Amino acid sequence: MPPRTVADLRVGQTGHVQRIAGDGPLHRRLLELGLLRGTPVRVVRIAPLGDPIQLEVRGGSLSIRHDDAHAICLICGERERA
Amino acid sequence: MSDPPRARIVVAGPPNAGKTSLFNALTGARARTGNYPGITVDRRTAELTLGETRLELVDVPGTYSLSARSKEEQIAIDEVLPRAGRQPSAAIFVADASALERHLYLALQLLETRLPTILCLNMVDDMREHGIVVDAEALARELGIVVIAVSARTGEGLDRLRAAIGVLARRVEKADGERAGPTIELALPPPLEEALARVELAIEAAWPAPSALSKPRADARRAALARWALLSIGGDELDDVPGALREVVERERREAEAEGGATLEEALVTARYAYVDRVAAKVISRAGQRARASERIDAVLTHPLLGLLAFAAVMAVVFQALFAWSEPMMSGIEEAVATTQGFVRAVMPAGPLGELLVDGVIAGVGNVIVFVPQIAMLSLFIVLLEDSGYLARVAFVIDRVMHGVGLHGGAFVPMLSGFACAVPAIMATRTIANRRDRLVTMMALPLMSCSARLPIYALVTAIVFPPGTKTSIGVEAGALALLSMYALSVSATLGAAAVLKRTILKGETPPLLLELPPYRVPQLGSVARAVAQRTRSFLWDAGTIIAAITVVLWALLSYPRDAAGEAELDARARASAHLEDRAERDEAIEAIEHARAELRMEHSVGGHLGHLMEPLIAPLGFDWKIGIGILASFAAREVFVGTLGIVYGVGTDADETSDSLRDRLRAAERGDGSALFTPLSGVSLMVFFVLAAQCMSTLAAIKRESGSWRWAIFTLVYMNTLAYLAALLVYQGGRLLGFS
Repeated sequence: MPPRTVADLRVGQTGHVQRIAGDGPLHRRLLELGLLRGTPVRVVRIAPLGDPIQLEVRGGSLSIRHDDAHAICLICGERERA
Repeated sequence: MSDPPRARIVVAGPPNAGKTSLFNALTGARARTGNYPGITVDRRTAELTLGETRLELVDVPGTYSLSARSKEEQIAIDEVLPRAGRQPSAAIFVADASALERHLYLALQLLETRLPTILCLNMVDDMREHGIVVDAEALARELGIVVIAVSARTGEGLDRLRAAIGVLARRVEKADGERAGPTIELALPPPLEEALARVELAIEAAWPAPSALSKPRADARRAALARWALLSIGGDELDDVPGALREVVERERREAEAEGGATLEEALVTARYAYVDRVAAKVISRAGQRARASERIDAVLTHPLLGLLAFAAVMAVVFQALFAWSEPMMSGIEEAVATTQGFVRAVMPAGPLGELLVDGVIAGVGNVIVFVPQIAMLSLFIVLLEDSGYLARVAFVIDRVMHGVGLHGGAFVPMLSGFACAVPAIMATRTIANRRDRLVTMMALPLMSCSARLPIYALVTAIVFPPGTKTSIGVEAGALALLSMYALSVSATLGAAAVLKRTILKGETPPLLLELPPYRVPQLGSVARAVAQRTRSFLWDAGTIIAAITVVLWALLSYPRDAAGEAELDARARASAHLEDRAERDEAIEAIEHARAELRMEHSVGGHLGHLMEPLIAPLGFDWKIGIGILASFAAREVFVGTLGIVYGVGTDADETSDSLRDRLRAAERGDGSALFTPLSGVSLMVFFVLAAQCMSTLAAIKRESGSWRWAIFTLVYMNTLAYLAALLVYQGGRLLGFS
């Protein structure tokens, strides 16, 4: 199954944002960090203890917890190897 | 203030853009420079004179956006876009030139307010190294503002920046609030534009524009606040937003949702990024792809195995420094204090005044400066970790563990430091951006078994588990007891943090959104400045409280005196002075001095309190003499040992290794003739000291760092209640199970 959210991406994989789920503060915060429709997000690495995960977004580094990464939905069926 | 109002220029920008270093370079103020998102907590301002113009510069805490969820985040926004009161005259926006693409989003929001702005491209030396080229002239044309490339580190461009600030300040000085920055036209979809217009009406009702603002500025301010409202309200913790405004925002969101399509928030942010991307494409170019040094370092430092090893090694060094490297300096300070006391005692005539000076004031000052090596050492490490960028990696590596108790990975270093001493550890919580997490950390970490508890464990285990005592599993009982105390302290700390986080400091935990900034070599000057500033703030704010409480405790344990008893001891001293044999005479005089110290303590307010406390602490297995020790140990836990030395008449110099004290305590009996110190009462006493907040310096530090006595008193109450109940459970439970 193709990755549906950023939480499903493996290290090195890139996905494109479809939308940010929810409508609370996390939704708005992620939008403001530039995670908009079509923005590529790459998983750089996973922390040694398995959480959080480090993402590359718009040339910057952003680390978020796995649970919160579920909110970043990806455009389905699309998958690229970095 | 009688001064005429000066231009107020806010220095704003995202975290890690070198804003604080630039502020320091411009003002020369002694300020803090860092590399960890969100370190500027205090509001810092500086007055600057450029030519004939005097102006006020305000260092605004770093922020990613002009929208907020919490009160801490709103602090920065209220400086730039105040909802009431005086508006800023102009702004200097500081961006990291290498990260301009991401920093333009905030720059755009600032321009939307039409505040006259200078854009400062900081760290251009770094940018060139990364092979990035920013066309500053094109950027200035695109945005319609002055753009200046600088490096706060090398001083490049600072003169041009000063000149530009001077020009800007002169302009706004003549017409403060009238001059407006360029207009920014965002391509907003019509439904969003209509919704924002309705929110603007609610904004005008909630926070009308100050009359000093010109119409263009007032209009732009209202529009910017409407956008702020759309991105801030809902699930937030802003308690000063009128209900009517909240209702309008929520209604607009509901209506947009019913229409389908993108949310209003998404439409607004998308329009802004469209603008940003268009500008970025015109002005930023990359000369070539270069693997960045930070990437290579991170490949090791956040590696699944090497990363953990590196983490353990760094933490071990910090720990070793706090525990062992600061020890010689602390002993040196203690010796110097003792020498000073001896000197003053010798030159001052005997009497209450000399005692107050020696045992009250000098001891109090000594109690303060003895912390300086550890505070300076921990501050040094934290500043180095912060400025190098590793502190953010610490949070990244250990977040999973801290998340288990509801905290952020950033709480780890302060908690670990608690093993050495709670006072510097509490000061180290400043790196925690979220106020609730910070309070939870500073109130839980005093449960970590600090080095001042060690003398107590050492004394008690030596008495009740003499070397050679084996447990049923063949381990030395003393070693097992010691290990258990550390295990208890760690579980109690994490447990307390988890409970505090779920009860009195409850609230939605902000999601972890951690930026891993590029690694940088810390600058000596700013590191030294930061260490000096933290140490100074401890000395003035917490130190004065510690010194004052020392004097009060001394008085409580020295007065009132028993005149008859003193007279009798004086008579005995006079009689002993005539003894022929010198050794015999010295021994007699020493015995009299021990008896005098014991008598004074027994007759003091503290001694009476010890007696009064006995019914309360007897169920824990303690007697009134231990009660006095517990009271006295409020000055510092290790004082417990010396105090027992006094109340058991072996003198004031007894320490945990002295045989006379151990023997005396082993022989100590309760009223009914049974032994006072048994394995059970010993464990109960140790458990009590693991959990009790018997340390005024810790409470003074909490008061200093939380800004109120409320949290300090709360810590005292919860820890001592916990300590009492746990010791009660150990002693009474142990007796029921047949231990003694």
